[in-house]
Amino acid sequence: MNLDSKIPEGPLSEKWSSHKFNMKLVNPSNRRKYNIIVVGSGLAGGAAAASLAEQGYNVSCFCYQDSPRRAHSIAAQGGINASKNYQNDGDSVHRLFYDTVKGGDYRAREANVYRLSEVSSDIIDQCVANGVPFAREYGGLLANRSFGGAQVSRTFYARGQTGQQLLLGAYSALSKQIGLGKVKMFNRHEMLDLVKVDGHAKGIIVRNMATGEVSRHASDAVVLATGGYGNVFFLSTNAQGCNVTAAYRAHKRGAGMANPCYTQIHPTCIPVHGDKQSKLTLMSESLRNDGRIWTPKDAEVAAMIRKGETDPNSVAEDDRDYFLERKYPSFGNLAPRDISSRAAKEACDEGRGVASTGLGVFLDFRDAIKRDGQNTIKERYGNLFDMYQCITGDNPYETPMMIFPAVHYTMGGLWVDYNLESTIPGMFVGGEANFSDHGANRLGASALMQGLSDGYFVLPYTVGNYLGKQGVAAAGKVTTEHPAFAEAEANVKARIDKFLSIGGTESPRSFHKRLGHIIWEQCGMARSKEGLEGAIKDLQALRKEFWTNLRVVGDADGINPELERAGRVADFIEFGELMCRDALMREESCGGHFRVEHQTEDGEALRDDENFAFAGVWEYKGDDVDPQLHKESLIYENVELATRSYK
Amino acid sequence: MEKTMDLTLKVWRQKSANSMGAFETYGVKDVSEGSSFLEMLDTLSEDLVEKGKEPVAFDHDCREGICGSCSMTINGIPHGPEKATTACQLHMRHFHDGQTITIEPWRAKPFPVIKDLVVDRSPFDRIIQSGGFITSRAGSAVDANAIPISKVTADYAMDAAACIGCGACVAACPNASAMLFTGAKVSHMNSLPQGKAEKDRRTLAMVTAMDGEGFGGCTNIGECEAACPKSISLDMIAHLNRDYATAQVKNFFNPVT
Repeated sequence: MNLDSKIPEGPLSEKWSSHKFNMKLVNPSNRRKYNIIVVGSGLAGGAAAASLAEQGYNVSCFCYQDSPRRAHSIAAQGGINASKNYQNDGDSVHRLFYDTVKGGDYRAREANVYRLSEVSSDIIDQCVANGVPFAREYGGLLANRSFGGAQVSRTFYARGQTGQQLLLGAYSALSKQIGLGKVKMFNRHEMLDLVKVDGHAKGIIVRNMATGEVSRHASDAVVLATGGYGNVFFLSTNAQGCNVTAAYRAHKRGAGMANPCYTQIHPTCIPVHGDKQSKLTLMSESLRNDGRIWTPKDAEVAAMIRKGETDPNSVAEDDRDYFLERKYPSFGNLAPRDISSRAAKEACDEGRGVASTGLGVFLDFRDAIKRDGQNTIKERYGNLFDMYQCITGDNPYETPMMIFPAVHYTMGGLWVDYNLESTIPGMFVGGEANFSDHGANRLGASALMQGLSDGYFVLPYTVGNYLGKQGVAAAGKVTTEHPAFAEAEANVKARIDKFLSIGGTESPRSFHKRLGHIIWEQCGMARSKEGLEGAIKDLQALRKEFWTNLRVVGDADGINPELERAGRVADFIEFGELMCRDALMREESCGGHFRVEHQTEDGEALRDDENFAFAGVWEYKGDDVDPQLHKESLIYENVELATRSYK
Repeated sequence: MEKTMDLTLKVWRQKSANSMGAFETYGVKDVSEGSSFLEMLDTLSEDLVEKGKEPVAFDHDCREGICGSCSMTINGIPHGPEKATTACQLHMRHFHDGQTITIEPWRAKPFPVIKDLVVDRSPFDRIIQSGGFITSRAGSAVDANAIPISKVTADYAMDAAACIGCGACVAACPNASAMLFTGAKVSHMNSLPQGKAEKDRRTLAMVTAMDGEGFGGCTNIGECEAACPKSISLDMIAHLNRDYATAQVKNFFNPVT
């Protein structure tokens, strides 16, 4: 597997501009001869499809939802970072770059992160031009707030629904191109395989989820922007439909999968309430600007709160442990997500957790309301408070919120080079689906930035560069008549038939729950060699059971949620095993990956830069063959590797 | 311990777009009051699968009230009885033990049923495709602070842009009108300085597209606002009517192209 990162020569700050100049261009009148497939219509996919179509390419865009406007980018709440320095508080391209590399615990590629930081300002300009109603000050200029892992205010926001507004911006640009006929949109279509011709990605096989029809689509390049794999945990903050299938199918076709063990557990989610729960709800990290996180110092007091015998408001100041402020005085409640999550877990492990399950800590606005008044807090977080009350029945203006960490984002994903091209030529990967920019931990408000950076400002250049190199003579030459399409389509159909014919007794959802339990226990917030080895065996057994005892009711001729879930769970089980292998291989703790064997005396993550400053990239070798590990060394020329401290 | 309840569900079952539908009655037991309405339906689905029957098909995705996928009429009200709440954010504590709950798909001619509770809402996408955008090619924008926008205007645009495109407004309206949906997008974009250049064009095109999809006219009943999970105000319809009238007049004297 060739892991040439193709980082351009030259100083960091000139790499992207010189690369843009060196890339091949396609003559505007030739662009209409090329077809590009974009899978996914979130920030990365929607923006890429719209931008490529604006340039003149023919684009086909696919999404599993009933409309491209519903991609899960829509659920992002808090904001989007950009190094505008509108607040005059010392921000710069270099500082955003540095914060992101440090926040990712020095496991991201420098050149990619710098480019992300460089184009961040253009993203805000673009979104405003598209009509995104960002929050503004009375003077009419844009407002900012601060977010975890940074000491400057660089986050732009639209109330508590920034993701929605950014996605609707990209969706409107995409809609315009659909209206013009430059983008052909396929709603309710799920990608089930990638088609390669002569080693290059040349198309996909999809299933129309409304009619059941399986069809072939050929193109000159394929862009996957299919999101993350958080639902491998069953319970996560992801949407119900989020899945790893497109990425995993591509992996099986030869795309390297990088750092799958890097998953982000977000500290501020609403605690689990029962065994019928289908998803976890995130409360924006922005709440940590004003909310103070605490548990009682005394486990007995916590036990009384759990039983409802003590009102949290009656716990005296001296009896509260504001553990983030205590442990990380300079960042306090705004410590990065991985660190905050682990601190909450530790407090609960000590028996000091609240909520009925003991798996919760308080996020208290009492002091902020006293300081700024209820109206100000309402202005900042009103919709989040309403949402909390709607779900839990508690009024957070009066009683402290309860939160607990939950799976939220996955930093790992398909390996890509500087051009966002995977190890399969012609297949590009954007947004959460790739591994490139966040290292081992993502900072808040950086996912939206990366999705739009990839979609608006990177892929439109690099995909064109690839097409230019293929030459105009090759444009549109591969058709769905090629035998590779027939082979892939036959595989997809056989797999669907197999799901329907097993005739066992256990539902896809039940298998999904069992999978999630294994992954959460052994590959969640704390991982150990023993646990991971056990998990791999358990997952192999679960896979066997799945393929012999699955029951899928209904047929393949129309909407069948059971069939859809069966396909996704089948891939998640295999993918989960890969995650555990990756976590087992990485004998260090970094960012969201915490190995209990590798910690400092006071329980902080202990990195091993000497042996593990690389991206671990896995090559698929066969269903019952161990995957092969390849390494891309991470070379830091501009940032000095240091122990990450937020104290 | 959380309280639980037993419920009777009358659910609309329809095999496909062209087949006849009918209500089926099911019982669900031990529903916890902390679970969401859709989690209650998940329980029903698992019960049905257990018996080898097909579960109820319904659209859903984010389950946090923002994607706009969920679309069911609960006891006659789109998204159910709680104000400003999507079905996925409706929690069972608002129901009681022994209650019978009727669940239907959106009922509107432009939104045909595909299966059970799933309808085709692509007409909304086509309304947006006709003009619900501000033309601004990637890379062509000026600095974000170059055009100050008063907080009042930005807040108003945000109120309008909060629409999640679920279609409850259409389902609630006796005329199956899409004026609230269209009005919200027109108000959002027409109120911003960036959106002024295409204002008349946008308004005329979107209204034409809306009418072409077969949505009814607005007769100021207000069911849409009452059913809207994001509390989009009827003011958006007034805004649309005003901008539409202006655009029509301008178009009469000097055709808008």
